[in-house]
Amino acid sequence: MIINKKDTNTDFEVRSLDAICKNQEAVELPMWHNLQYLAFGVAFGIVLIKSEVISWFRIQEMFRLQSFHMFGVIGSAVAVGALSVFLIKKFKIKSIHGEEIILPEKTFNKGQIYGGLLFGFGWAMTGACPGPLFAQLGYGAIATSATILMAIVGTWVYGLLREKLPV
Amino acid sequence: MTFIELIKQPWPWYVAGPIIGLMVPTLLIFGNKTFGISSSLRHVCAACFPAKIPFFQYDWKKEIWNLFFVFGIFLGGIITALYFKNDAAVVVDPRLITELSGYGIADFSGLVPAEIFSWASLATPRGFILMVIGGFFVGFGTRYAGGCTSGHAIMGLSNLQLPSLIATISFMAGGFIMANLLLPFILSL
Repeated sequence: MIINKKDTNTDFEVRSLDAICKNQEAVELPMWHNLQYLAFGVAFGIVLIKSEVISWFRIQEMFRLQSFHMFGVIGSAVAVGALSVFLIKKFKIKSIHGEEIILPEKTFNKGQIYGGLLFGFGWAMTGACPGPLFAQLGYGAIATSATILMAIVGTWVYGLLREKLPV
Repeated sequence: MTFIELIKQPWPWYVAGPIIGLMVPTLLIFGNKTFGISSSLRHVCAACFPAKIPFFQYDWKKEIWNLFFVFGIFLGGIITALYFKNDAAVVVDPRLITELSGYGIADFSGLVPAEIFSWASLATPRGFILMVIGGFFVGFGTRYAGGCTSGHAIMGLSNLQLPSLIATISFMAGGFIMANLLLPFILSL
């Protein structure tokens, strides 16, 4: 397959469309480097389950304001995340490969409201956001695979209808 | 109490929250990656069924770290089930227990109510709506919003992004509407 320069640029543009993960390291690293993300994922999955934040029951409690637990988890996670980002910016901390850390700015569009509301519905219905779906499945809630499949279908249909949706 | 027994207990919010928050600098420092999970669903679409849709025409292999990360979350679930499982039912507010018992939900031992989230229940109206329609909303909504709880609520808010605050408020508003106004109807089907 021949890829000319224009195609490559287009590819980057499309990839960055409302994507959260658009960072790319300049250094080319061998595939096994991705194992570190596997390890981070394992740690994240364990925390999600042991803190019960992916329990359908805990989600119901949160949306009925019957417990502080979920708000405490999300609030303290944001506090630690915000402090980290502040420190990274203030001291211009570089990545372990010596690169400047890039924090993408997000732009507002109405999708954040419409899509946000729809995701909120789904969150209260399934008791899970995308990450927790995979943890629920691993923990043994086998029927969650149907929910994951439908989440992939939902993403695909969004891609199909993207141009026609109000933003 | 041994260390393992301690780990098996449900973790309090002030332990779990900061660990989740630390995912943000960890991913940034180890690989210049912004924390976000729902994009993995897009990469699966791009890898498996791009169908010439422009939104899926990109080199998903450049984002493969994200798929390693979600596969790790899945493995984390397995590891927890094998080694750190707590057999006690989740402790929730008594009002919720009373409300759910009215819909025939009494099994609080799993992450999800066994009465609804099972293969057999997929054929029932409420099982179909919660798993199939709910799953669709999660995928469609997160992509339309440009992120989920991790990408917007945690990463975006940590970076003080106003669009992420708007998205997070919308997530919460949707959840409140569903849980309080619509779910009672769906659960009684």
